[in-house]
Amino acid sequence: MEYSADLFQPIHESERINSGIVRPSVTYWQDAWRRFSRHKPALFAAGVLLIIILGAILIPFFYPYTYDQQIRTARNLAPSFQHLFGTDKLGRDLFIRVVYGARISLSIGFVASIINLTLGVIYGGISGYIGGKVDNVMMRFVDILYSIPLILYVILLKVVFQDSIKAAFETTALRSLKFLGPELILIYIVLGSVYWVGMARMVRGQVLQIKNNEYVLAARSMGASGWRIILRHLVPNTVGQIIVTVTMSIPDAIFTESFLSFIGIGVSAPMASWGSLASDAYKGLASYPYLLFFPALAISVTVLAFNIMGDGLRDALDPRMRK
Amino acid sequence: MTNYILQRAIAMILTLFAITTITFFLMHAIPGGPFTREKPLEPAIVAALNEKYHLDDPLFKQYTDYVGDLLKGDFGPSFKFRGRTVNELIGGGFPITARIGLLAVLITVLLSIPMGIIAAIRQSKWEDYSLMFAATVGVTVPGFVMASVLIYVFCVKLGWFPVIWKTDATGWLSVSQYVLPMLALSGYSMSFITRLMRASMLDVIGQDYIRTARAKGLSEIRVILEHALKNAILPVVTYLGPMIAALITGSFVIEKMFTIPGIGYQYVDSIGNRDYTMIMGSTIFYAAILIFLNFIVDIVYGFIDPRIKLGNIKEV
Repeated sequence: MEYSADLFQPIHESERINSGIVRPSVTYWQDAWRRFSRHKPALFAAGVLLIIILGAILIPFFYPYTYDQQIRTARNLAPSFQHLFGTDKLGRDLFIRVVYGARISLSIGFVASIINLTLGVIYGGISGYIGGKVDNVMMRFVDILYSIPLILYVILLKVVFQDSIKAAFETTALRSLKFLGPELILIYIVLGSVYWVGMARMVRGQVLQIKNNEYVLAARSMGASGWRIILRHLVPNTVGQIIVTVTMSIPDAIFTESFLSFIGIGVSAPMASWGSLASDAYKGLASYPYLLFFPALAISVTVLAFNIMGDGLRDALDPRMRK
Repeated sequence: MTNYILQRAIAMILTLFAITTITFFLMHAIPGGPFTREKPLEPAIVAALNEKYHLDDPLFKQYTDYVGDLLKGDFGPSFKFRGRTVNELIGGGFPITARIGLLAVLITVLLSIPMGIIAAIRQSKWEDYSLMFAATVGVTVPGFVMASVLIYVFCVKLGWFPVIWKTDATGWLSVSQYVLPMLALSGYSMSFITRLMRASMLDVIGQDYIRTARAKGLSEIRVILEHALKNAILPVVTYLGPMIAALITGSFVIEKMFTIPGIGYQYVDSIGNRDYTMIMGSTIFYAAILIFLNFIVDIVYGFIDPRIKLGNIKEV
């Protein structure tokens, strides 16, 4: 085929402008935010969670009662304007106890998830990045952990260490942290250190998949260092999925804590989590059902909101997962 | 297939061994040993107790002895109930727990699969919305709250069932007493499987071979039950393992609330009592049951899903 010279004319000015990129390019996060904000239920759930979190932080500062204040004249009162959720048998205001329980339960959800995240990302990342024999051995270990009923080990670890952690907080330098409650810290550690397995599997799968992509090969052939590949390619491409997994794991931790409280090895009085409030209420269920209703409602609304927000985040951050 | 089963069996035995070892050493990491009380016992008594339960042996010998006894099916004596063995305690409670658990599995599978299918074929109709609403409530409400509501409504308000559950002379609950625990126990799994079944059914219905089946002029019922169900049910089978785990954890709570003397009740009790041999024995027993049931589920799965790469587990 012949190419004549007049085929190679510079384009006209107007044509050049028309084919130029007019709009600013949309980054991944802008795009994610756009998709997320279009998902109305998820946006609503995020709003609800924000209110719950802000309430948990702020309300105790100006509420007239404290969570352990016993009002002798106000025992077992039904909900009223004076006590929004009523009072328990010691005359403690249930509303502030639920608000305070939100601090405990949510902090368990967040802290346990952050520990999971750290352990899981490190373990799964190393396993997936190195690959080969190391990966094989590390994943067999994860397979074993995965088939163990982990809840039994949550219980076992709690039973085994609850005395020694109390002792440690009495005697060592940790004493200054005693206000947090040794039981609570143990729950953070136990939940965080047991449930990282799922995260490790997910991260490893992602890393394996991305590592073999052509653009990583291209980067490598251009002489990019291992760290550069990790920071520029692996991390940004897995972070969406990681956020989704973390969001979904927070309600699991809240659930597990309420279960532990119910069987008697959760946080101890006068501290209150939603689980321990519900568990205490069970004993007086026949006469004072509202004592159970409010903590139970708090758990359900929060868990539901996290799940809906997680769905929205998945659609927004990981468009490939969409139906 | 034989290879696959063998591989799974070896994995199961290794896992059991790992569990026994972890559990044993964790329980022996408790400072002070099992006889530490608020009021300290006389040193001579502690020494005598330690000798009786061989706690003065070197740790490794205790371990090999324990594993040796386990292999013979002996979980050792209970620390709390003098003169009773862990075997007797587990043996006494297990039949009741297993019966409630089996009923819960049965009702879950029988109800939630049809409900999931109905929700899927009536997508975005009132049937779908009401089922999904119920299922969503079911997965967000903790088991003990669900049980509390059942007790409050059916025992306290309506008075259909006694508030205190009692076994009869033969150690069994009467038939009507199984109803509420079974419902409370299956609530979460039922909701979960209904959602799972719906999602997977919707997924399958959208595939080409279903269009082909419809184009052949098959009735909708045959399309769903003969063609779609076979593939749509696979995720549900995978969930059976976790479901059994959820039922067992549920049984801790449910048995405590309904005062049913099953192993769940005894396990929670032994945690409160610090009955260390019982905790250790129950943990291993539970783990063994779960792992064995998971093994069965794996094998069943290998049979019903020919796509599974035998022995090559490289999931993402």
